[in-house]
Amino acid sequence: MVAQVQVLRGRSALPLAAAAAAVLMVLILVPSYFDTYQVQLLIYGLIAAIAALGFNLLLGYTGLLSFGHSAYFGVGAYTVAFVAEHLGPHSMEFYLLVGIPIVAVTSALFGYICVRHTQIFFGILTLAISQVIYSLAMKLYWVTGGSDGLRVPRPALLFGALSFSGPHGFQQFITLYYYYVLAISVVCVLLLWVIVHSPFGKALQGIRDNEVRARFLGLRIRRFRWISFFVSGTFTGVAGILWVPLNGLTTPDVLYWTYSGEIVFTALLGGFRNFTGPIVGGIVFTYLKTYAVASTEYWQLLLGVVLVTLVLVLPTGIVGAMSRAGQRLRQRRGAT
Amino acid sequence: MILLKTVDLRKQFGETRACDGLNFVVHKGEFLSLVGSNGAGKTTLVNLISAHLQPDSGQILLEDRDITFTTVTERIKAGIARSFQIVSLFDGLSVFDNVALSVFSREGKAVKMARLADHDEDVRREALEVLGQFGLASKAEVPAGGLAQGERKLLDVAVAYALRPRLLFLDEPTSGVSTHEKTQIMDTVSSVVRGGMVTAVVIEHDMDVVFRYSDRIVMMHEGAFLADGTPDEIRANKDVASILLGAPLTG
Repeated sequence: MVAQVQVLRGRSALPLAAAAAAVLMVLILVPSYFDTYQVQLLIYGLIAAIAALGFNLLLGYTGLLSFGHSAYFGVGAYTVAFVAEHLGPHSMEFYLLVGIPIVAVTSALFGYICVRHTQIFFGILTLAISQVIYSLAMKLYWVTGGSDGLRVPRPALLFGALSFSGPHGFQQFITLYYYYVLAISVVCVLLLWVIVHSPFGKALQGIRDNEVRARFLGLRIRRFRWISFFVSGTFTGVAGILWVPLNGLTTPDVLYWTYSGEIVFTALLGGFRNFTGPIVGGIVFTYLKTYAVASTEYWQLLLGVVLVTLVLVLPTGIVGAMSRAGQRLRQRRGAT
Repeated sequence: MILLKTVDLRKQFGETRACDGLNFVVHKGEFLSLVGSNGAGKTTLVNLISAHLQPDSGQILLEDRDITFTTVTERIKAGIARSFQIVSLFDGLSVFDNVALSVFSREGKAVKMARLADHDEDVRREALEVLGQFGLASKAEVPAGGLAQGERKLLDVAVAYALRPRLLFLDEPTSGVSTHEKTQIMDTVSSVVRGGMVTAVVIEHDMDVVFRYSDRIVMMHEGAFLADGTPDEIRANKDVASILLGAPLTG
């Protein structure tokens, strides 16, 4: 009990902002020092981070484990593919403009159904809904291309100001798209940071900690969970929208339940009790999976071992373990 | 003046009549103690009035307005708040945030997500003021899960008090703490509650505490009221003493 009594550090966000600025500086410099492949990987990492951050609003802050967030990622991805195929302008801004409202409406709709329950029932509902979407993507092959999926051409950025063709088109696209995704990531991180530190975010954490008491504060629990679900799904959907142009192709794999599992894994890896956990998790997981796939046929076994180790040894994830180590270090310094 | 009244309120769990046709009255401004042995129906009565449970039959009237079928949220809006027998806090949030969340909820600001909670100066001032009243200001930044038991009991009351209720139910605010702390907690609670002109109904087992702080005492036994009176009247009631305590009262 005594060990838990620790004074939270000042409410000032200044040290945090300084650390964030330093990380951002490093990220801005990456394309100058690394090759296209590494930059491409990092874009995948940033996108996974956005997906996991959105997911973690539900798990870490609302106490609801969704096992169907692939649905929102996938709906984002497929929306872009449909837009690219049927509506014409291959512009990233246009994709976002059409995609965001659609993932928002989808999340609101499915969320409305899912938040009727909590715990395992909630998890099963989210899973079931995502599997329905997956089946639709598989079976409606004349619309979705079935298991072959849909191709998405490289879009122009910044309202057509930047388009990419010719021999170096791919390299140019990757470099500029990296900054594009980085900028959107920063916006997403800031938005979510404000949300979790807003009165609404505090209410979510209250509901997570003690639902009964939250109700006796006059909070309408289900409504809060619903809004949280809606925001969470929308951010994960934005990640899906950003992912397609990079991947050039969307297949039903991103709607399958194992993909939801990867999002859960990502949040656990980084640490779902910390705001920054899913960001670290997203980037680390992307590299981990890429190198595991490249080095062994049994990569799933390797990831499985990592997951088991994580749950047993680092239940608070990478960021949780690091912040605890940092705390101990400070305490030891304070003691001597 | 009557603030709250129940009419023939009944609640049965299986064969057990937890509330057997209760006509309970709370007067404005009083500090009322609800006493009785375990299983007498005290907590059930509070659960019914706070909408934690639905009655089988009967009515609940708040200043002659029938609130029997209103929701928890509506009852809180009407001014009925409660604390919990087993401390019920938001352990992951700071002590400050526990109280601030009450204030946000009361002012309908809890749905706001576009501004930082700490930047709301009005809420911040009010939450710190309530914490100060309960002697918890120095612990504002500590996670609620890291407080000592006595402080947790006080915070539980502070969270309910920050809703600015007209009628506050406190379910055993001193259970599970030492005798010495009991007095401290009750001193604090009664002075804040009386200072804020809040009507309070306290469930309490310790008869010393009950006699010392109450304006009126209501005794329950097996779902019914056994006695109702001032501390002096209850003290003089020999039947009550022998039934409830199994021994004559001293002091």
